[in-house]
Amino acid sequence: MSDLRIARVRDGERRGVDPPYLSPDYRSTRLRAPDRPLILLPESMHDPTGPVYGESPLAETDSDLTRQHDGEPLGERIIVTGTVRDGGGRPVPGSLIEIWQANAAGRYVHQRDQHPAPLDPNFTGAGRVITDSEGRYHFTTIKPGAYPWRNHQNAWRPAHIHLSIFGRAFTERLVTQMYFPGDPLFAADPIFNAVREPAARERMISRFDWATTTEEWALGYRFDIVLGGRDATPFEA
Amino acid sequence: MAAEPTPSQTVGPFFSFGLCVRPHHELVDPGRADALRIEGRVLDGAGAPVVDAMVEIWQADAEGGHRDGFGWGRSGTDAEGRYAFVTVMPGGEGAPFIAVLVFARGLLKPVMTRMYFPDEPDNASDPLLAALTDAERAGLTAVAENGGMRFDIHLQGERQTTFLAL
Repeated sequence: MSDLRIARVRDGERRGVDPPYLSPDYRSTRLRAPDRPLILLPESMHDPTGPVYGESPLAETDSDLTRQHDGEPLGERIIVTGTVRDGGGRPVPGSLIEIWQANAAGRYVHQRDQHPAPLDPNFTGAGRVITDSEGRYHFTTIKPGAYPWRNHQNAWRPAHIHLSIFGRAFTERLVTQMYFPGDPLFAADPIFNAVREPAARERMISRFDWATTTEEWALGYRFDIVLGGRDATPFEA
Repeated sequence: MAAEPTPSQTVGPFFSFGLCVRPHHELVDPGRADALRIEGRVLDGAGAPVVDAMVEIWQADAEGGHRDGFGWGRSGTDAEGRYAFVTVMPGGEGAPFIAVLVFARGLLKPVMTRMYFPDEPDNASDPLLAALTDAERAGLTAVAENGGMRFDIHLQGERQTTFLAL
């Protein structure tokens, strides 16, 4: 045990692609971002295990958000596909992905969402899917609308789908947002821009995909996800 | 071939209809003799309750393993910032602890910490606890209360919970 070194690191001084906790342009971080140094545990002290969801059965409607109600939701039908891989490029099979989003009008099914845009009785906006043996996933939904928020004057979030991915270890857990190509709201969005590296921001933008675009039915978007490598721990002997 | 990671983003304020619809806060039947209730509040830098947080835990079972996939739980927070789980004391070697992740609007990535238990003899030899100050150790140790455990999580400020880098 004596050779275990536990270092402290200031969040703003860390490498890696994740945004710093304190990103003052995103107002909600100001009272919620930890301001004391973080403990950097040696890799060997992190629990390598994590919840596995390969066995829990999902219904087909879990991954088709357009078929969860009696009628069809309004909006642009889309098919989202991609793979989940680890930092070594290996597929992550059997991993639960949970998604949630606003409807085509930019309104969430949430009692605290006060945006005066219509709810859609045929769209909830929540789904689940498990990656297959090659780490692939696939869901059908409606393209979400942009919506206003009160972070700053005339603030609008670019259209996005929230994704939560379990990965294999508790430390691999990832929650991110998938954006759509060419959105004019990117430049003014403090959440998107909290990721400092431009190349890393690009990795949150899905790309339009002819291969999954289905004639007379839906547009395809591809969004590949890479877990892990959050912050290297260089304190291992 | 190495792949570049996808960055983390906040869960935002409106996640509960997607993430908290199914109850996942009871890891064991609350009627079980060894059921342990753990609850606490998530508080911001001004001491105000974080009413839109989500707390996830991952722990060993009473034998120190993860039999039948045991060990994961999720709880939202209520109007007082309170979360709650029903579980069992984690077993196995070393100081027992529960790994904790907190997600919320305003957290661009989750915060991670560990909840330890009071009066455990193995706490003295735990390498993480050993590296902390007395005040930090107290912040990572639950308080026995009403037959269960209370573990408050302070996101920021003088009383900030000690978080582990993710």
